[in-house]
Amino acid sequence: MTAVVTDVRAAALEWVERNGFPTRKHEDWRYLTVSDIAQAVPGAAIVAAGPGQPAPSLDGRVPDLGGPRLVFVNGHLVESSNVDIPGVVVTGVAAALESDRVRVESLLALDAEPLDAFAALNVALAVDGAFVELAAGTIVEAPIHLVFVTDGADGPLLANPRSVVVAGAGSRATIVETHLGDTSTTTTNNTVLRMVLAEGATVEHVVTQSLPESAVHLSVLDAELDAASRLTSSAFTVGGTIARHEARVRLVGAEAGVVLNGLYVPHERQYHDHPVTIDHVAPRCSSRQTYHGILDDRAHGVFNGRIVVRHDGIGTDAAQSNKNLILSDRAEIDTRPRLEIFADDVKCAHGATVGQLDENAVFYLRSRGIPEAVARGVLTNAFAAEIVEHVENDTLRAWVEQLVADRLLDAESRA
Amino acid sequence: MLKIENLHATIGGTKILKGLDLELPPGEVHAIMGPNGSGKSTLANVLSGRPGYEITGTVTYNGVDLLEQSPEERAASGVFLAFQYPVEIPGVGNLYFLRTAVNSIRRARGLDEIGVTDFLAKADAAMELVEMDRSMRNRSVNAGFSGGEKKRNEILQMAMLEPTLAVLDETDSGLDIDALRIVAGGVNALRGPDRSMLVITHYQRLLDYIVPDRIHVLDAGRIVRSGGKELALELEQSGYADIVGAPA
Repeated sequence: MTAVVTDVRAAALEWVERNGFPTRKHEDWRYLTVSDIAQAVPGAAIVAAGPGQPAPSLDGRVPDLGGPRLVFVNGHLVESSNVDIPGVVVTGVAAALESDRVRVESLLALDAEPLDAFAALNVALAVDGAFVELAAGTIVEAPIHLVFVTDGADGPLLANPRSVVVAGAGSRATIVETHLGDTSTTTTNNTVLRMVLAEGATVEHVVTQSLPESAVHLSVLDAELDAASRLTSSAFTVGGTIARHEARVRLVGAEAGVVLNGLYVPHERQYHDHPVTIDHVAPRCSSRQTYHGILDDRAHGVFNGRIVVRHDGIGTDAAQSNKNLILSDRAEIDTRPRLEIFADDVKCAHGATVGQLDENAVFYLRSRGIPEAVARGVLTNAFAAEIVEHVENDTLRAWVEQLVADRLLDAESRA
Repeated sequence: MLKIENLHATIGGTKILKGLDLELPPGEVHAIMGPNGSGKSTLANVLSGRPGYEITGTVTYNGVDLLEQSPEERAASGVFLAFQYPVEIPGVGNLYFLRTAVNSIRRARGLDEIGVTDFLAKADAAMELVEMDRSMRNRSVNAGFSGGEKKRNEILQMAMLEPTLAVLDETDSGLDIDALRIVAGGVNALRGPDRSMLVITHYQRLLDYIVPDRIHVLDAGRIVRSGGKELALELEQSGYADIVGAPA
C-alpha cells in the first residue's frame, strides 16, 4: 500500500492532529488512557520490514488447520500456502491493491470517519494485511487461517495491519485469526479486520491472542452484516500487557444475526479490555454477546458492551451476558452494559456477574473424593469451557482449550 | 462401625448439635428422624466435612478420626453424602465428573485408575439401577435436572463410588411417588453387609420403602429416643411433639 491514497493517509493523520488520542472521557476508552500505552511503549518505532523477511517457524505454535494460510510478520505478508481454492481469493492487501486498486481501496474503507486516533493511525500507516474474498455461494470447509506474528527482535515497533474479509451472498467460511509473537521488547499492534457479509453469508471467526506479556495489542473487528447473514466471532485473549479487542458490528440488512463470544484470562498486571458495539440498524436482527473473564493477581479486565437499536430496528432480539470469576482479591473488573434503544417492540436482555468460585460446588466435588485444588481447577476450566465450546472446528477447539488450560494451570500452580 | 460421641456443632454463633451420641454398626441402616431445626442436616454436613462449623466431640469411623480428615479424605475412607440439595455444576459433564471422582478415590487408596471400558460398563449398570436415560451421561452435573433427576443422580454417584458409609440427607424431599420408588429401589439394591447407611428424613413415608434396622429421634441437637422400625409408626400417629416431650 506504499503508493496508496496519499490524500487519505494525510487526512487520517490530520484527523489525529485535530482530535487527539482518546481520553477517559471517551466512553469506549474509559478505563485505559493513551498515557498507559505510552508508558508501556517507550520509543515505539514505525517498522518497515519489507516482504522477503523469512517466515518464522510456527510448528506447534499455531493450530494446524489444513486449509489456506497467510503468515504476517509485523504486519507484512511473508508466507501464503494452500490458497488456490475455486471461488476464493486469499492474499495480501498489498498484492490485492496492485491487481484491482479502486475496488480494494473501497473495501478497505480507508475514508470512513475514524472511530479514534488508533483507527486513524491504522489508515495512515497500514502497509499490508489479509485480503479474503468469497464469491457468491462459495463454501469453504477448511478454516482460512491468518497468522500475525510480532517479532520485536529489532527493538520496539508499531505494526498496523489492515485486513478485509468479503463474504459474497450465500457463501460460508471459517476465518481464524491468530496473534502471537517473539519479543521481550515492547511492541504495539494496531490491527483492523473488516468483515463484509452479503445477504445470506455465514462466517465463523475465531481470534486468539497469546502475545508475550510485554506487547500492546489493539485490535478491531469491524463487521457489516447484510440481510439474513450470520456472523459468529469468538475472541480468546491470553497475552499482552495491554490488550484491547474491540468488536463493532452493524446489522444493516433485515434478519441478520451476530453471536459474539469472548474469554479473557488476564493475570499479573495484564489489562484486557473488550469494548463491543452492536448496531441494530435493520429490523428483526438478533445479537448475542457472551463474555467470560477469569482474573488473577492484579489483573484488570473491562467489558464495555454497547447495544444500539436504531429507529428501524423493530423486532430486534438482543442479549448480552458478562460473567467474571475473580481468583485474587487484588484483581479488578469493570463491566458496563450500555443500551441505547430508539425503536419499539425490542427485546434487549443484559446481565453481568462478578464473583468467586461457588463454594457449594467446590464442596460437592470434594465430597466425591476430588482433591480441593483439582476441584477448583475443574470448576475454573468449566467456566472457561462455556465459551471455548462455541468453537466449531475440533482441532481449533482443542488448541484453544489447551491455550486457556495452560494459563489456568499456571494460576493453580502458583496458588 | 461409625461411632459419634458427645458431638457439638456451632455455626455462625448458633449451637445446633448439643452432645449427640450415636453408633452405627457395619451393614445396618439407621434412620434419623426429627422436626425441622433439630439438627438433621447439620449432622450430615458435619459427617461429610462441610467447612464452616465449630465442632467438639469425636467421630470415629473404622477407628479413624473423621473430624481430622478433609472432605476428599473422608470420601476415600468410604464416606458418602447424598445431598439434600445437589449442586448444579454447569460446564462439567456428568460422566467426566464421575470418572474424576472414581479415579481420585482410587488414587487416594493407592489403586490404579479405572480403565475406560470398565468405567463405562459400571456407569451403564449404575444408570440402569436408577432408571436414568443414557442421554444424561454427558449433560452437565445436575444442571437443569428436575428434582427427581438430581436425587437419582446422587444415588447413581453412590453406586459408582461404592461407599461403606452412606449418609442420605432428606433424599425423599421433593420426590413424587414414582421418583421415590426409583430412588429407594436404588438404595435398597446397594444395601449389603459391608455398607452402613444413615437415612435422614423428616417423614415416615421414606421408611416404608427403605426399612431401617433402627430409628433415632433427633431433637434440639441430641438423640432423644431410639427404637426399632415400629418407632416410625408411632411418630406418624402421634407427631414429634409427643415423642420429644416424652422421656427418652
